[in-house]
Amino acid sequence: MLYREAGQFKSSYADDQRIFPLRQDRHAFWALLAAAYVGVPLLANDYWLQAILTPVLIFSLAALGLNILTGYAGQLSLGSAAFMAVGAFAAYNFMLRLPWMPFPLAFVLGGVTAALAGLLFGLPSFRIKGYYLAVATLAAQFFIIWVLTKFPWFSNYSSSGVITAQVLSLAGYKFLTPVSKYLLVLICVSLFALAAKNMTRCAIGRAWMAVRDMDVAASVVGIRLMPVKLLAFAVSSFYCGLAGVLYAYCYIGTVEPEAFSLDLSFRILFMVIVGGMGSILGSFLGAAFIVLLPIGLDHILSALPGAWLPAGFGSNLQLMLFGGLIIFFLIVEPQGLARLWQIAKEKLRLWPFPH
Amino acid sequence: MKLAFLSLFCAALAGCVAPGAAAAEQFVPLLSFRVGPYAATGSAIFGAYIDYLQYINEKEGGVNGVRLVWEECETEYNNARGVECYERLKHKGGGASVVMPLSTGITYSLIDRVAADKVPLVTIGYGRTDAADGRYFPWVFPMITTYWSQNTAMIKFIGQKEGGMDKLQGRKIVYLYHDSAYGKEVIAIMDEQAKRYGFVPSYIPVAHPGNEQQSQWLQIRQVRPDWVILSGFGVMNPTALKAAAKIGFPRERVLGVWWSGAEEDTQPAGDAAKGFIAAGFNVAGQNYPVVGEVLKYVYDRNKGNMPDRSRIGTVYYNRGLVYGIITVEAMRVAQARYGKGKALSSEQMRWGFEHIVIDDKRLAELGATGFMPAVKMSCTDHEGSGKVRFQQWDGKAWRVIGDWIDADRELVRARVETSATAYGREKGLNPRDCAKEQ
Repeated sequence: MLYREAGQFKSSYADDQRIFPLRQDRHAFWALLAAAYVGVPLLANDYWLQAILTPVLIFSLAALGLNILTGYAGQLSLGSAAFMAVGAFAAYNFMLRLPWMPFPLAFVLGGVTAALAGLLFGLPSFRIKGYYLAVATLAAQFFIIWVLTKFPWFSNYSSSGVITAQVLSLAGYKFLTPVSKYLLVLICVSLFALAAKNMTRCAIGRAWMAVRDMDVAASVVGIRLMPVKLLAFAVSSFYCGLAGVLYAYCYIGTVEPEAFSLDLSFRILFMVIVGGMGSILGSFLGAAFIVLLPIGLDHILSALPGAWLPAGFGSNLQLMLFGGLIIFFLIVEPQGLARLWQIAKEKLRLWPFPH
Repeated sequence: MKLAFLSLFCAALAGCVAPGAAAAEQFVPLLSFRVGPYAATGSAIFGAYIDYLQYINEKEGGVNGVRLVWEECETEYNNARGVECYERLKHKGGGASVVMPLSTGITYSLIDRVAADKVPLVTIGYGRTDAADGRYFPWVFPMITTYWSQNTAMIKFIGQKEGGMDKLQGRKIVYLYHDSAYGKEVIAIMDEQAKRYGFVPSYIPVAHPGNEQQSQWLQIRQVRPDWVILSGFGVMNPTALKAAAKIGFPRERVLGVWWSGAEEDTQPAGDAAKGFIAAGFNVAGQNYPVVGEVLKYVYDRNKGNMPDRSRIGTVYYNRGLVYGIITVEAMRVAQARYGKGKALSSEQMRWGFEHIVIDDKRLAELGATGFMPAVKMSCTDHEGSGKVRFQQWDGKAWRVIGDWIDADRELVRARVETSATAYGREKGLNPRDCAKEQ
């Protein structure tokens, strides 16, 4: 009923190629964007902006990056956090050493530096696949963090090896308030999510998916594997790098290289797996799931009267519930939350007359 | 989906806000961690911290009648979770009295935020060393002592053992460290000391987590050092002690930092740990009046936070008591200025931390003589002591050896100021003029 597409005809190529072919989807999407751009800044308090929405958006961008590489191009990577670190440290050094540089340029250059690092560590993908490639990217994870701690130049000889993000200012406006930082992150994420969506719908994306599904077949039909795989690595690392820049500049503020540990790489991978491989929406759902669920559980458990429980019981219960829920969702739908959403939509189309 | 999450959170949030009580209350947020790889540290330190707050409530009915209330938030030692907990609790209950994240990573994530929100961030025995310069870091208190101070005190200790600082000439000291910002931080200051005293340092890193150290100890055997300084964390410590036993390096010449010298580090190593010496800004043991009081007022009334009473008096438990003492002393100092029996705002608490004076007389009143060093804070000096004490593991328990050893304050302070000034320049900060402040 709600989701009826009767009467919606595609009468031009432009109509046929829309991202959201259904009018209801378009309306929902614009409403969501309006809520994010107007509603949230008006209504949300500091806690929501700084502790919930900003990190979810940043990790969505990182998950999007990994999803391009793993979900679309089929190259397993365990180095996402390291590429985030490259982005953060590169942007910091660009802004530190070239003070005239406007910060958007430094952000993009941070992403580009991460893309170059990604290219370098993507080289083995030409010879090895699957788990072996994952191990090669694991090397990136350890090597990059080691380089950033080993050479103090990267942290401007800071005694404790940390970098402190400079204040962002553009044309005299300083991004100091949580709202301004949130909006900055939101703009970056919306732009690059749109770019990712379009990339996956054009020739590049098709080539990635062909390589993912069967690389021999892809090369037989004329796809050159090397550039396609490397491009996936570069684009993915660019996204992760930009997420790292935003993580440092709009979220945490002072960053140590250890913050970008293997643990974070795994979390990003889980976001992709739980959210849905090869889905833009999945990246957002996965990031929201992994970031928000533990916080939600913590709120619920701390609201319970806990006086009679031994100390630490709530914390352990949280972890157990979180693990249990991940397994539950993966059993219910191994292809992730995005697939669940898709199934729900298909059901809604027929509802209330499924037969 | 999103809406469901939103409403879920809102409901949960509303549930957390307890109805305000009529009596004055002082709110202490606890960014604790009781799960994950460092759960043993977190549960003991935060357990003791809660016990101390409970003790003040039980014995004195709060600080001058202001009852202490607290709420825990699980950080899992994870930066993002720590930030979330901080944001959740910072304005609760009339404002957070203090934030103690017990994680250097979370500390870094909060440094900018506490300055904007005006909440004191107290990091005792970890955190950002150059924040000891209160002129550039008014809201951050790396109190009692820092890694740099500890290192200079260790070299002094070695000097004492060798029979004078002039005897250090030509001695070989290996610094075996956790390969991270934490372990690396003291290398520069160690180099400076090496130049001054003429000892020969060598630096051997151990990759996280450090449960494999054969090649490092092979290297140590080749260097043939007089002393090994062990700067580890978690599983790296017992592994190092076992490896030292294997190559026959005397454990009496292995010096641990304060994150290497707890029961959790020595007990897993068994006999291999016997003789191991570690630094600390608090000592182990139940024979201090303050520990006895906590047992009497909290545990005998069945209000203790530790499920396992045998952990009371361990190094980490006692460290948590030190955190509690510092917090409550700051409240007393601030109340003396802003009104006794009144709840304090975060800004007033900051003033309290900056003016803590715990001299020997006060230590005796607290029942903590010999338990922790005397502390004197000021606007410029957010460290306040710099003293450490060494303990030796006798196979069953830690035994204190010698008196408190002072850091080379001059050397440390010079580096702190250089580093803090560089930070201030990078951030475009104007230092506070401490001469003008009261």
